Amino acid sequence: MKEFRTHLMVCGGTGCVSNNAFKIKEALEREIKKLDLEDEVLVVMTGCNGFCAQGPIMVVQPDGVFYQMLTEKDIPHLVEEHLLKGRPVKKLMYTPSEKKKPIPKMSDIGFFSKQRLIALRNRGLVDPEKIDEYIAREGYKALAKALTLMSPEEIIKEIKDSGLRGRGGAGFPTGRKWELARNAPGEQKYIVCNADEGDPGAFMDRSVIEADPHSVLEGMIIGARAIGTFHGFIYIRNEYPLALERLIKAIEQAREYGLLGEKIFGSDFDFDITVHRGAGAFVCGEETALMACIEGRVGRPRPRPPYPAEKGLWGKPTNINNVETWANIPLIILRGSKWFSEIGTQTSKGTKVFSLVGKINNTGLLEVPMGITLREIIYDIGGGIPGGKRFKAVQTGGPSGGCIPAELIDLHVDYEELTKVGSMMGSGGMVVMDETTCMVDVAKYFITFCMDESCGQCTPCREGIERMLDILTEICEGKGKEGDIELLEELAYAIVDGSLCGLGGTASNPVLTTIRYFRDEYEAHIKEKRCPAHVCKALIQYFIDEEKCNGCGLCLKQCPVDAVIGELKEPHSIDQAKCSKCGICYESCKFEAVRVE
Amino acid sequence: MEIDPKKIDYVLMKNRRDRNALIPILQDIQAELNWLPEEALEIVALELGIPLIDVYGVTTFYRTFSLKPRGKHIVTVCLGTACHVRGGQRITETISRELKINSGETTKDLKFTLETVNCLGCCAIGPIVVVDGEYYGGMTSQKALALLKRTGREEA
Repeated sequence: MKEFRTHLMVCGGTGCVSNNAFKIKEALEREIKKLDLEDEVLVVMTGCNGFCAQGPIMVVQPDGVFYQMLTEKDIPHLVEEHLLKGRPVKKLMYTPSEKKKPIPKMSDIGFFSKQRLIALRNRGLVDPEKIDEYIAREGYKALAKALTLMSPEEIIKEIKDSGLRGRGGAGFPTGRKWELARNAPGEQKYIVCNADEGDPGAFMDRSVIEADPHSVLEGMIIGARAIGTFHGFIYIRNEYPLALERLIKAIEQAREYGLLGEKIFGSDFDFDITVHRGAGAFVCGEETALMACIEGRVGRPRPRPPYPAEKGLWGKPTNINNVETWANIPLIILRGSKWFSEIGTQTSKGTKVFSLVGKINNTGLLEVPMGITLREIIYDIGGGIPGGKRFKAVQTGGPSGGCIPAELIDLHVDYEELTKVGSMMGSGGMVVMDETTCMVDVAKYFITFCMDESCGQCTPCREGIERMLDILTEICEGKGKEGDIELLEELAYAIVDGSLCGLGGTASNPVLTTIRYFRDEYEAHIKEKRCPAHVCKALIQYFIDEEKCNGCGLCLKQCPVDAVIGELKEPHSIDQAKCSKCGICYESCKFEAVRVE
Repeated sequence: MEIDPKKIDYVLMKNRRDRNALIPILQDIQAELNWLPEEALEIVALELGIPLIDVYGVTTFYRTFSLKPRGKHIVTVCLGTACHVRGGQRITETISRELKINSGETTKDLKFTLETVNCLGCCAIGPIVVVDGEYYGGMTSQKALALLKRTGREEA
């Protein structure tokens, strides 16, 4: 390999790509060529860096300088100053809102400093489309160890001893799952990687695949060896085109290198992987529905037992793990179970990847040791709430999880603690909410989601969720009645009891936790016909503050229903009878003259 | 509508006429034709030996598939949780009002189809609107309207 003095690691995750990261890369290459630095500086497109809020992102290696929010216009100056003259450009560095001075080094930025990377060990350090770069970072070394030095039983023991639990949400011990599949009778067995990351607000699996697809493949090959199968599937969501593309490339490269296919590493072990694209059904993240989809059928869950380990794909024993679980495997094999089990808490070992989104300054992807507090995640890593607003709740676990209120901010995050407060680990989405988020609206949002995604098989889930939505809609429209909260609770428990799969079994969690922690908000809607967060349309009105309005006419022009009235350069007002409460005037006003009450 | 059976046959061949590959086959056909006409489903059912009702069941179960012609431009609004708390719903309503169609529908002139999706996983730049595969982050109702105008003009 040719050596370069400097590498420019440009983030090529979906977030940054949507922010023109490819144009940045082209501009960098153009300028480097212009200044004749082609032999010294190399531009590398990496996977998701994690600090999505600041995209497009570039890290200069080896000095570790972090540049953010780049535009094409910045590039000529940046290349000349930093790469030719050796003067890092301060104005393109990250400056936290509370500080005045920029932080040059990535490792000094709060967002990164508390993280510990296992599943994401190669993020931002390799080009995910080049297998050689993965190999250079100890890639496939664990596979060599597993195939040449370990028996399948030893591999399973190592995973069991590590304490690794499923990262898809339920947290079943991975080693035990493997053992069940290995011991299940039958010659033909399958393994599956579940990359149907359907929870809204969660993008851990997408980022793992986009940043380091080979780590997932290596984990799967090791798992295949341990369980004794020669065929694996990756079920990936259709909504992730970039991840799919990188995955397919990675599989092709692994085949070329003899890491997939026949006689892997010259051993007698054969294994190959088929990629199956999902077709847009949330319920297919449930393992039995997922298998039905791979078999080409309608993705409806079926009762368990029998579990997939006994009867899975086409009736054969099947082991299903989530993307992040697979990505953890190589490092456990390489460093040993003892190393892994020293990280985390008593019951939850290792790290967990979370996506931190919503009303938070540092939106992005992070990997932290289990047992970290919510406060550390939200304030130290997440940088707190934007606009000086008050932190209200964090929603974990997607539609199956719950809302954890601000007073529990010192909670230690692991499987058990989250379940105790009525939520769950889930796949790892964390949606932060502030005082302008209405908790009844949030509950309604998730219930609408579950209603859309219910497969319709079980009556409690199909009908019950719809009734819950009716009640929540009435509450949000100011038509709530006394007793609605109790009725919601009763329905919620009935749906939990009467549903076959996890979708129905957990669909009530967002409703139950919001009632548990934010009952006063429900009551304000029902009794006072008031939405404290000013979100529910039927309960709010928009006004124009005559003192702040200078009559610029922007909102008047934008209003789709001609509800804004007034002469140019005179304070405007809103005709409440016409107003459709779309909020466009509120959004467009540059003088904060539009108020919501 | 007239469809070219050769195109369907090519997709079937590419997937080795494998009954288990029903979903990939339907995805490939839709990528080719932009929607799934009834004639195409009939050919698939016949060729794979799967009852038409099961093929129909699969196409109606999964959100990806459309049994109606879709517009030249597909406008998708993300309604994931992060986009929702940042106003994704308002943007959907604005687009819906502008195009005079509901989510899942296509304008009469077959120019636009409006769809929603439950999360694209790029929550950092939400609310997100996708037009013909291009992602646009940091959307507001105003920006979305401008984007629609631009898209419509490019065509003309």
